[in-house]
Amino acid sequence: MRHVLPGLVAGLLFGAGLALSDVINPARVLAFLDVDGAWDPTLALVAAGAFVPSAAAYWLSRRMSRPLMAHYFRIPQSRVVEPQLLAGAAIFGIGWGLVGFSPGAGIAALAFGFTLWQPWVFVLAMLGGMVLHRFDEDKRRHPLRISA
Amino acid sequence: MILEPITPIQAIGGGLLIGAGAALLLLLSGRIAGVSGLAAAAAGIADRGPSWAQSVSFVIALPIGALVVSHSLRQVSVEVTSSAPLLIAAGLLVGFGTRLGNGCTSGHGVCGTARLSPRSISATLTFMALGLATVFIVRHVIGVVV
Repeated sequence: MRHVLPGLVAGLLFGAGLALSDVINPARVLAFLDVDGAWDPTLALVAAGAFVPSAAAYWLSRRMSRPLMAHYFRIPQSRVVEPQLLAGAAIFGIGWGLVGFSPGAGIAALAFGFTLWQPWVFVLAMLGGMVLHRFDEDKRRHPLRISA
Repeated sequence: MILEPITPIQAIGGGLLIGAGAALLLLLSGRIAGVSGLAAAAAGIADRGPSWAQSVSFVIALPIGALVVSHSLRQVSVEVTSSAPLLIAAGLLVGFGTRLGNGCTSGHGVCGTARLSPRSISATLTFMALGLATVFIVRHVIGVVV
């Protein structure tokens, strides 16, 4: 329950937000990314809206000794911008711009999956991409074990 | 492509809900709401990160939250014109890229930039730039509206 409840509540709010703001709709996201066409700036308002509670929670977390339902805050501390971070973000950006689905939007769009097959294809391919990365990472970490 | 406009209230309200979801996960569980990381953990692909129970709960709740809005606040339509091969290519790039870059629009874009993390700001600027460039090339150089 300690893990399930926060996951459920956060997921519900997050999914509701994606739907209300229309980030769930690839046509909207592509229109936002298309600055040379009929540019639709509404997603900038979504980002601004999301920034406020997120920044407030971070501010609050710095003043709390521990989270309400866990022992530690697990906030990434690294400040190093390494090449693989930028390479990964670039690869993600290309995929995002091709169709207009981010991981959150793709999964939330499964809500309409009874009538819409596209989100299923995207999400399954996304999991496939994650598996490919995992293989790649394991090979780097244990080159002998995998090639043996 | 003619899109039904959404109101600024819906855009800001939706953003606030997304931020509130991220805020709750941080304050309750001490974790960053990164959807790519949660999806990987739910699928058993991640070797670190949130617990399986939490990530599965989040991933299941995400479309339920969208359904609730679609049945109450706003008629939601998901308009995808991309072909199956394009969806597969995009999915593979998004899956691989978000794992390599340790996050996506939520973990870096919503959570990381809000705590002014240099990593997340760099990642967000990078995927925004590549997203813009990709749409520009696809729509205005190759000249297809996908």
